[in-house]
Amino acid sequence: MSRVAVPGVSGVPDVSGAAGGRRAAASAAARGALLRWAVLAVAVLVWEAAARAHGSVYFPPPGRIVRHAYDLWFSGPVAHAFLTADAVDNILPSLGRMAAGFALAAVAGIALGVAVGRSRRAYALCNPVLQFARAVPPPALVPVFVVIFDFGTPMQLASIVFSAVWPVLINTAEGTRNTEPLRLDVAAVLRLNAAERLWLLFLPSALPRIFAGLRLSLSLSLILMVFSELLPGTADGIGYTLTDAQSRSDLLTVWAVLLLLGALGYLLNTGLLTVERRLIGRGREGTR
Amino acid sequence: MLELRKLSQWYGDHAVLSDLTLKVPDGELLCVVGPSGCGKSTLLRTIAGLLPAAEGEVTIDGTPVTGVPDGLAVVFQDYGRSLFPWLSVRENVALPLRRRGLPRAERRAEAERILDRVGLSGAARRHPWQLSGGMQQRVAIARALVCRPSLLLMDEPFGSLDAQTREDLEDLLLQVHRNDDTTIVFVTHDIDESVYLGDRVIALSPGPGSRVVLDLPVRLPGERDQIGTRGLPEFVELRAEVGRTVRTPADPSGLSGPPGA
Repeated sequence: MSRVAVPGVSGVPDVSGAAGGRRAAASAAARGALLRWAVLAVAVLVWEAAARAHGSVYFPPPGRIVRHAYDLWFSGPVAHAFLTADAVDNILPSLGRMAAGFALAAVAGIALGVAVGRSRRAYALCNPVLQFARAVPPPALVPVFVVIFDFGTPMQLASIVFSAVWPVLINTAEGTRNTEPLRLDVAAVLRLNAAERLWLLFLPSALPRIFAGLRLSLSLSLILMVFSELLPGTADGIGYTLTDAQSRSDLLTVWAVLLLLGALGYLLNTGLLTVERRLIGRGREGTR
Repeated sequence: MLELRKLSQWYGDHAVLSDLTLKVPDGELLCVVGPSGCGKSTLLRTIAGLLPAAEGEVTIDGTPVTGVPDGLAVVFQDYGRSLFPWLSVRENVALPLRRRGLPRAERRAEAERILDRVGLSGAARRHPWQLSGGMQQRVAIARALVCRPSLLLMDEPFGSLDAQTREDLEDLLLQVHRNDDTTIVFVTHDIDESVYLGDRVIALSPGPGSRVVLDLPVRLPGERDQIGTRGLPEFVELRAEVGRTVRTPADPSGLSGPPGA
């Protein structure tokens, strides 16, 4: 939400326009990135040193966690993209469920969001329901789906979809509703039909908000994916690996799973940001 | 022929336009002046079919306007918000051609042709936000002209541009008007501009309930130029006449706002 609202530098041509200014900005950005990585590196080093010095079984040093994660999941044959059997059996099903759940939530959220946001009346009527649905802590829904679907993939998918759909829906509705009124007049004068209005006006107008919603939904999908796999009755998945390792007091694996989840969350979010930057581009001032 | 018969518009119980009657013959460039808040934009929105007439009617060649009429184009003052920033300049200009069912290649060619005419042939692939204000308004004008409209409505189109750009675009508009014989209703608050551009100038009284208080044919040579025409004694006289009308509140009750407000 915060970064899409920033109008691009190129939207204001020839203001200070000097190449020197751009170079200075680039070097400042590089310094910032360097600093961030330095902080991360120092944090990991301190963690490593402290864990080694302490020698606790509960807090293994990060080097050992990474090593263990590698052995567990990423030391497989080339033909399987280095994935081990364990990774294929547990990580891939989890990612599949998460992807399916997130995709369903995104499609449903955007479609319903546009429909709700297009009509002032529908928005006014639906808004309280939506706010309520969003306010329910998503994991609390899981027991409901356990009762309806029993344990297994349908229950897990339903949990992900019903948690992740709200942020997309609400943000899409809000974004659609805030379509510039003058552009609605323009669309009327140009006699754009319903499909053209959707593709050329409403969706592009709402796109920054849609992505804000998608990012929230993505992290909710990850949370619900793991959470729904923590329950008894699951046979595979990252969450299952976690509970399984915990029951065997295999803390190294527990830590490796946590590391994996953090890395996954980061990578997925970065991927989504890249798509967003591609689609929205720079310098969309005058968009709102 | 565009005709307004006893047109009234209300905003709540506040009259915006009252009993407006007006005929605009084909091919005329009519300038509408009046202080801000006198309902000029409401008038244009009604003619464009964006706002149904509360009382009275608007007809084009005898047919009442109920929705957006055929062959209509509109240029708004706020070019930044009227263009679609996610489309390139060419795509923006080609938008109206979708209704004509042209294949994509022809739409592109038409858009390029009209961009060339408004002096923007180099900017087709760029995006509106990469252009200056004057260039963006040229894009909006190109988008309005691409369908060869029979009626062009312009709502203070040059109001937020600098003087030089404004004069260039005024001359562009006159050139278009001469070549295409389009009927143009041009709303402005600038008295000089109205006399320079118009075949005829009408002035609306300050609101509420604006009426036509002046209807003045502009008898200036068809070929106009920024320096020469503005120096003609006729020009100065016409300008003074419009100015007097707009600045003197026509409503003796004193309800009208301060002159030029």
